[in-house]
Amino acid sequence: MREPGLQTSDPGGEGALALEVEDLRAVLGGRPVLNGVSFALEAGRFCGLIGSNGAGKTTLLRTILGLQAPAGGTVRIGAGPAAGPRRGPPAVGYVPQRVLLDPDLPLRARDLVALGLDGHRAGLPLPSPARRRQVDEMLAAVGAEAFADQRVGRLSGGQQQRVLIAHALVRRPPLLLLDEPLSSLDPGSAAEIVALLGRLAAVQRVAILLSAHDINPLLGEMDRVVYLARGRAASGPVAEVVRGDVLSDLYGHHVDVLRVHGRVLVVVAPGGDVPDPAGHATVVGGREA
Amino acid sequence: MFAGFMLHTWLVATVVALVAGVVGLFVVVRGSAFAAHALPLGAFPGAAAATLLRLPPGVGLAAFALLGVAGIARLGRRGARDVATALTLVTLLGLGALCLSLTSEYSAAIYALLFGQVLGISARDVVVTFALGAVALAAAALLYRPLLLSSVSPDLAAAQGIAQGRMDLWFLGLLALATVMTLPVVGALLVFSLLVGPPAAARAVAGRPLAATFLSAGIALAIAWAAIALAYVSNWPVGFFVGTLGAAAYAAGRGAAAWRSRRARQAVAGAA
Repeated sequence: MREPGLQTSDPGGEGALALEVEDLRAVLGGRPVLNGVSFALEAGRFCGLIGSNGAGKTTLLRTILGLQAPAGGTVRIGAGPAAGPRRGPPAVGYVPQRVLLDPDLPLRARDLVALGLDGHRAGLPLPSPARRRQVDEMLAAVGAEAFADQRVGRLSGGQQQRVLIAHALVRRPPLLLLDEPLSSLDPGSAAEIVALLGRLAAVQRVAILLSAHDINPLLGEMDRVVYLARGRAASGPVAEVVRGDVLSDLYGHHVDVLRVHGRVLVVVAPGGDVPDPAGHATVVGGREA
Repeated sequence: MFAGFMLHTWLVATVVALVAGVVGLFVVVRGSAFAAHALPLGAFPGAAAATLLRLPPGVGLAAFALLGVAGIARLGRRGARDVATALTLVTLLGLGALCLSLTSEYSAAIYALLFGQVLGISARDVVVTFALGAVALAAAALLYRPLLLSSVSPDLAAAQGIAQGRMDLWFLGLLALATVMTLPVVGALLVFSLLVGPPAAARAVAGRPLAATFLSAGIALAIAWAAIALAYVSNWPVGFFVGTLGAAAYAAGRGAAAWRSRRARQAVAGAA
């Protein structure tokens, strides 16, 4: 799948790998969560990471980020070396799940974006024209100029999500990870954020990996998908992965992918060892891309 | 009140207020008011222990403050931060009760440590306070950005390689330093008010981190100076004035913020 010479000969170009995960294994609280997950992501791709609750989405993201040590396998980011104990901040942007921002924080949206630039550095955040320009550019790129000077804790969920994306991207990392960024948004705001991410992937050439339990809001914008179940992953273009035979193989028993009136419904029959606590059919549906 | 013997008081109070105002902003942003309450109270019995061992009270304060930091940080690692803080506090207070019962003499110094003492500050006290104050302010300036980010969101800080455990330890260390400096002046029962009142008022008014920090230090300074002047004139305890002025500053800050947001709403309504 990957041509070995590409990432060094042509680092930000077309087809350059932003992320390569190989045979990744992870253990959480003594329980194996990831059992040999492999996939790769090129610069400028917008990829959905889909799986039910407990499928290991957050663990996978935290392992890529270096916050959790893998039990085996490798993670390679950009043209850099495999992840491991390293000095300084990682070259990955990250929007964590459920960031609770106190409404009384003495922190404007632009201050939070600036902390994304140099929050790890020692010393006071003294104003500098270069810093201000970078922050302004990023605020414009996510469409947050209008509320840049308001307290970040008092913004709406969708507005905060834009500011958090700017915070994560302001250092121009090759890879952006988002953990369930749509879970607390209404459908309209979710669609706006997904459209924004699609634009950012194309314009900034950043590879985006976004986790979600519902594939629905992502269809139409994402061009790659990683499906996570039973500690393993199926990955590739949406049309090649969201198919009955591929997902049946992943889940380990029969799965139907129904296409009705241009919509896609993924139906997992009950039984087997599908991680579905409720025991009823899991339906993951949406418009076909 | 500007006589020679009061000069030391003004100098020490100035440094103490600046440090409390700056460190206090992180207390408020971090939501660590309970730790800011527990550390001074837990450090206070250290002075009693020191009296028992015939050591200077400051040594006991510092030792108990460090014990408090170790307890809160070590026990709080698993997330039950409030419980860890409470357990540390009751352990230190228990030790203090024992030490106080073992000292036969009722020490006026210990009373002063509870409620504050603005007179009888020696030249050596001033030098020590200035040195500790310089260390505290330099540390706060150096740690400013990582500490701010980890206070805003531990997850965002972790994504930038800022370890939450280490930041917790730095924060508690800074808090302990501010406690040991502030306690002899305003008293253990009221360190808390100087650490929480001014920053809470400042953040209600100032929306930027640095502006809120400087405003917090300024309000703390105004409260400390006013409290000393009023205590000198009225002969009432300085702690009373620090406590009530701290609460008044917070109420005024809240009021100013509410008034401003109402005006902003009216402006919007007027424009529409």
